[in-house]
Amino acid sequence: MFDQIVFFVIAAIILVFSVLTVTSRKILRAAVYLLFVLIATAVLYFMMNYNFLAAVQLTVYAGGIVVLIIFSILLTSHISEHAKMAPLKQSLLSALATIAGAMLTLMVILNFVFVPNTTPVAEQTVNDVGLALVSYQREGFALPFEVISILLLASLIGAIVVAKKEKLILPGKEEISENAENDSAQ
Amino acid sequence: MIQNIPLSYVLIVSTLMFFIGIYGFLTRRNLITMLMSIELILNAVNINFVAFNRYLFPQAFEGHFFAMIVIAIAAAEAAVGIAIIINIYRNFRSIDVEQVDQMKF
Repeated sequence: MFDQIVFFVIAAIILVFSVLTVTSRKILRAAVYLLFVLIATAVLYFMMNYNFLAAVQLTVYAGGIVVLIIFSILLTSHISEHAKMAPLKQSLLSALATIAGAMLTLMVILNFVFVPNTTPVAEQTVNDVGLALVSYQREGFALPFEVISILLLASLIGAIVVAKKEKLILPGKEEISENAENDSAQ
Repeated sequence: MIQNIPLSYVLIVSTLMFFIGIYGFLTRRNLITMLMSIELILNAVNINFVAFNRYLFPQAFEGHFFAMIVIAIAAAEAAVGIAIIINIYRNFRSIDVEQVDQMKF
């Protein structure tokens, strides 16, 4: 009974704050609502007994990505600025399309009988997770782990290269930084 | 703690979250809020992976690790995406998708 109440509260938090995230006119508030959604998802993972995944969700998503998003909001828009939405006709059409898609998916989900696997299994500890992550045996996940580390390295370099201010070198002139050019343009 | 909750309840929550994210992606006109909608979508998919793993294959790790990999990819995507958005802001002084249309035609 208690876990059902917890689940319904968490589900309500997730849905309400998801809607607020996509409809709020104030961008910073939308980011904070997104944070609430991510924390509620972490609670869902804790309920399913995946403690390590919930911790990763809290640190990477709630701690990392949301902070990154909030920083970029502060860099690119004014606090008092109100976000523009699509015109009314487009909003209505998108709402129609998404409601139709949700209805279709929900119909399929509710008509399918899932048979939960109730065989008792040993509790998976963080130790098991770590061993499986670096194991190259049959049940191991060393290859995806290495692929992800290459991807993270590539995106790290990519983010630096994209965000770096490059110096413009014009023929016959001194080096002019982009910043100086912008300043003179203003 | 999840014995009394059917799998379909979790799937309903994640489905609704997924389509809310798609609605946000279609109606928002600001690049950062569109990125936030993508995070919602990825999060909904993660809930699906984890729920299927817990309810149907509790002895396996596949869904768990897939969710972790999706989290890592979401972090990489957010970092690169925000770098691109900040570059766009530097060049156009705006991150409104209506105004960033120089390469449209």
